[in-house]
Amino acid sequence: MTELAIDVRGLTKRFGKKIAVDGVDIQVPRGEVWGFLGPNGSGKTTTIRMLCGLLKPDAGTGTCLGYDVITEADRIKREVGYMTQKFSFWEDLSIRENLEFVARVYEIEDRKARVAATLERLGLTARQEQLAGQLSGGWKQRLALAACMLHAPKLLLLDEPTAGVDPQARREFWEEIHRLSEEGLTVLVSTHYMDEAERCDRIVYISAGKIVTRGSVADVIRESRLVTFLISGPDVRRFLSRLEDKPGVEHVAFFGAKLHVSGRDRAALEQTLMPFRNDPDFQIEEAEPSLEDVFIHLQNPNGKADTLPMVNA
Amino acid sequence: MRNGFSFRRMGAILIKEFVQMRRDRFTFSIMVMVPVMQLILFGFAINTDPKALPTAVHVADNGVYARSILAALKNSNYFDIRAEAATPEDGTQMLDEGDISFLVTIPANFTRDLVRGDSPQLLIEADATDPVAAANALAAVTALGTQALRDDLVGPLASRATKPAFTTVVHRLYNPEGITQYNIVPGLIGVILTMTMVMVTAMAMTRERERGTLENLLAMPSHPLEVMLGKIIPYVLVGYIQVTLVLLGARFIFDVPMVGSLVLLIGAIGVFIAANLALGFLFSTVAKTQLQAMQMTVFFLLPSILLSGFMFPFRGMPTWAQWLGEILPNTHFLRVVRGILLKGNGPADIWANIWPLFVFLLVIGTLAMLRYRRTLD
Ligand SMILES: Nc1ncnc2c1ncn2[C@@H]1O[C@H](COP(=O)(O)OP(=O)(O)O)[C@@H](O)[C@H]1O
Ligand SMILES: [Mg+2]
Repeated sequence: MTELAIDVRGLTKRFGKKIAVDGVDIQVPRGEVWGFLGPNGSGKTTTIRMLCGLLKPDAGTGTCLGYDVITEADRIKREVGYMTQKFSFWEDLSIRENLEFVARVYEIEDRKARVAATLERLGLTARQEQLAGQLSGGWKQRLALAACMLHAPKLLLLDEPTAGVDPQARREFWEEIHRLSEEGLTVLVSTHYMDEAERCDRIVYISAGKIVTRGSVADVIRESRLVTFLISGPDVRRFLSRLEDKPGVEHVAFFGAKLHVSGRDRAALEQTLMPFRNDPDFQIEEAEPSLEDVFIHLQNPNGKADTLPMVNA
Repeated sequence: MRNGFSFRRMGAILIKEFVQMRRDRFTFSIMVMVPVMQLILFGFAINTDPKALPTAVHVADNGVYARSILAALKNSNYFDIRAEAATPEDGTQMLDEGDISFLVTIPANFTRDLVRGDSPQLLIEADATDPVAAANALAAVTALGTQALRDDLVGPLASRATKPAFTTVVHRLYNPEGITQYNIVPGLIGVILTMTMVMVTAMAMTRERERGTLENLLAMPSHPLEVMLGKIIPYVLVGYIQVTLVLLGARFIFDVPMVGSLVLLIGAIGVFIAANLALGFLFSTVAKTQLQAMQMTVFFLLPSILLSGFMFPFRGMPTWAQWLGEILPNTHFLRVVRGILLKGNGPADIWANIWPLFVFLLVIGTLAMLRYRRTLD
């Protein structure tokens, strides 16, 4: 028994000439909840698929729950619960039929009882006869979670489990994740939501197939060495595009009725914002950069944010 | 592959397929409708025993017996004598152009030779491009030899009536091998099974891929053989339902004789179904979408209809086509079905056509297992 649920080094995957995942190292201790973040197409799904034996890495080694990711995929599949990004249960089967199928494939003893208990735990009992295809996003996601924890896995790999799910359902989902984690499960969950990232013990940020930063949310923010000023005042939003090209400004965003202006070069940034300081109509204050500021910065490390972050595209 | 075969996991997939099949009423009803429709099309609409076929005669003899024979031809209902060919060449031309199906030639001195006991020849040239159409008419002609002249051969000639007084010479033109009757309906079993079994399995797997459920299936600990068997077995049962429908129709609507053992037939059908399902599974490992699976099925179905001996007599095809035909399961299966139903063949008789089915099953099944990928690569 190693202390690491996931311990992989140098994972690499190519699709033709394109390198989708490039030398990824991830070490997740047992019992922790880790967030896996990064823009669309950065390689999150591909990495997760390599972890659970669905894709063969072109390079790299490592273990998942102590089993070799290359040669022991069968063992890994038995003990890992994998929730796909796209809903992948059988829409022409009812909730219960889907769960019973999964239970049979995993050769679970006392199948009926386990299915019933899982239905109960996720509040699916009343809907068990409903066809999966007729469920709304939130219920589909619950079914998927129920199915991937039915065989009592030791590690959950969840690929954007809350995409397209309403806030209430997202909250309940995370409460369930935390309950599972208290029971000793290790969880790696990919997401685009900042509030979800903040619910994780640690986060890993991947961009263009490479891990850019990792650590606790506070670590990630600190290590970004980003300085953020908040400006509020009458009609402040009109300055958004004007500020973008100014020296020291790496990224400007408007939320919470304030302009968030971020950059790493404090002196240049102060210089640029001088007019606001001198104008009594505007209030300017320095603030701790938010995770979102950091991610937008990470997404465009060498320049301006030319696109707004896409949430769940 | 580390984990061994598990009947429980196979059972899991089998149950899932049954439930999905039950939900998908449309596909199921199509699979029942196919045999019913084909029976109607091939059984009723396409008449395999046509009467009143256009006929020309070339009569070079004016004797009494020649006229009796012409009368007998008319009475058989198979021949509609439309034209008199002045010369044999005229008659041949009419055949060539498809104006007539038969040319009957009564040679000069027919009556004289017959009275002398020289057994003259009655020549019948048949357009056998559609051999099924010609077969019954030709069978009727052979009977004429003894019956047509029974009333005429009296007195001193009576002894001639016991054996054919003349010989009937039949030339099947354009297609030397005539197929026997009752061919089509038993053959339908092979065609229907080829069509539906290959298609349904090919689609069942590609459907998983297209709907994204394959990723889930692969993420679970399932062995390829379990998936293949679990998916195939429900459709074996569907195949037998189809066979039952066709056999019932053959027996009670078309009076097809069933001489041989039904148990043997059911066993042989099992091998044939398995061969087709394995092919469907192989297709499903190649096709990316259900549409592609469908196209591959049609691609395979065409030679199975055209080159198997279902549509055209096998021996009438060029050698290369026969070679192709020998590869197709349907070719061997048609011989088996016809052999059992019509000729009463036993296990030893059909073995020559059963082992090629096993070989096909083994080769295709192995290829399918090798191609079945356990990852998404
Ligand atoms: N099966 C595949 N074939 C070819 N390219 C792929 C395949 N899967 C993913 N990719 C490419 O690899 C990159 C990473 O994709 P993915 O892992 O899905 O990113 P993410 O999950 O972070 O959005 C993308 O550029 C994507 O287009
Ligand atoms: Mg993804």
